[in-house]
Amino acid sequence: MSSALDITAAVKPPRAAFLDYPLGHTTGKPHEPELQRAILVEALEAFTSLTGPGQVRHLPFRWSEDEAWKRSSMATDTRTARHGTPQYQTDEDRRRAAEAPPEACPACAGPR
Amino acid sequence: MDPVEYIPRIRDTYARLGYPPYQWVVSTEPPPWQPLEKPLAECRLGLVASGGIYASGQVAFHFKDDTSFRVIHTDVRTAELRTAHFAYDQADARRDPNVVFPIDTLRRLAREGVIGELSRHAYTFMGGIYSARRVTEDLAPRLTARLLADAVDVALLVPV
Repeated sequence: MSSALDITAAVKPPRAAFLDYPLGHTTGKPHEPELQRAILVEALEAFTSLTGPGQVRHLPFRWSEDEAWKRSSMATDTRTARHGTPQYQTDEDRRRAAEAPPEACPACAGPR
Repeated sequence: MDPVEYIPRIRDTYARLGYPPYQWVVSTEPPPWQPLEKPLAECRLGLVASGGIYASGQVAFHFKDDTSFRVIHTDVRTAELRTAHFAYDQADARRDPNVVFPIDTLRRLAREGVIGELSRHAYTFMGGIYSARRVTEDLAPRLTARLLADAVDVALLVPV
């Protein structure tokens, strides 16, 4: 999947499906399961319809009629600070992770 | 309206902030190619997503070139999914993880027979890693090994 056509073209994955949506919505809009399904069905077509390396399937969806989001997307720096400690969405997550025994976290597959 | 050209736009944004030019990854080699050898309806699909998704109870991602990944069991309750990422607006992903991690969508497509099955494991990481070398030499090979061990036929990569 891709939301950034020029970045994908630079990286050159074997095949890609481009959805022209704002970043953070690579596979759809929130709580719109029928739209999410339609997007993925179209995207998965890329596995069979693309015939050579580096091709991109453009998916037939638009975020909005006026596409006003395109003028402001990434035009300013909206990143948050790059903290070096785990950044939990909730305090409850932090507590649960601290209480989990190590073997219950085989997923922690990288350096901590 | 044409797609946003992110590379020049981000280059300009960073330049205004006085940052050194960002070194975009530009592949000069053509990518490898593997045609699908059987119908998608018979394929096991693996899901890999870079939006910083973790399940409550797992260690969250940090934001300094974190090259770790999480194994998300694909029978996970969607309400247990969280995000930790510094470089995109997570508001919608936190309302509905399916916008960056299409777990319910893929479970449905498996039930419907559009795909053969969803692999038992999905893999997630926090894609704001500014060292392409660490991704190429460390993270990507570990993810590839996991996908091969899971015997997936196709992998769906979902960046943000």
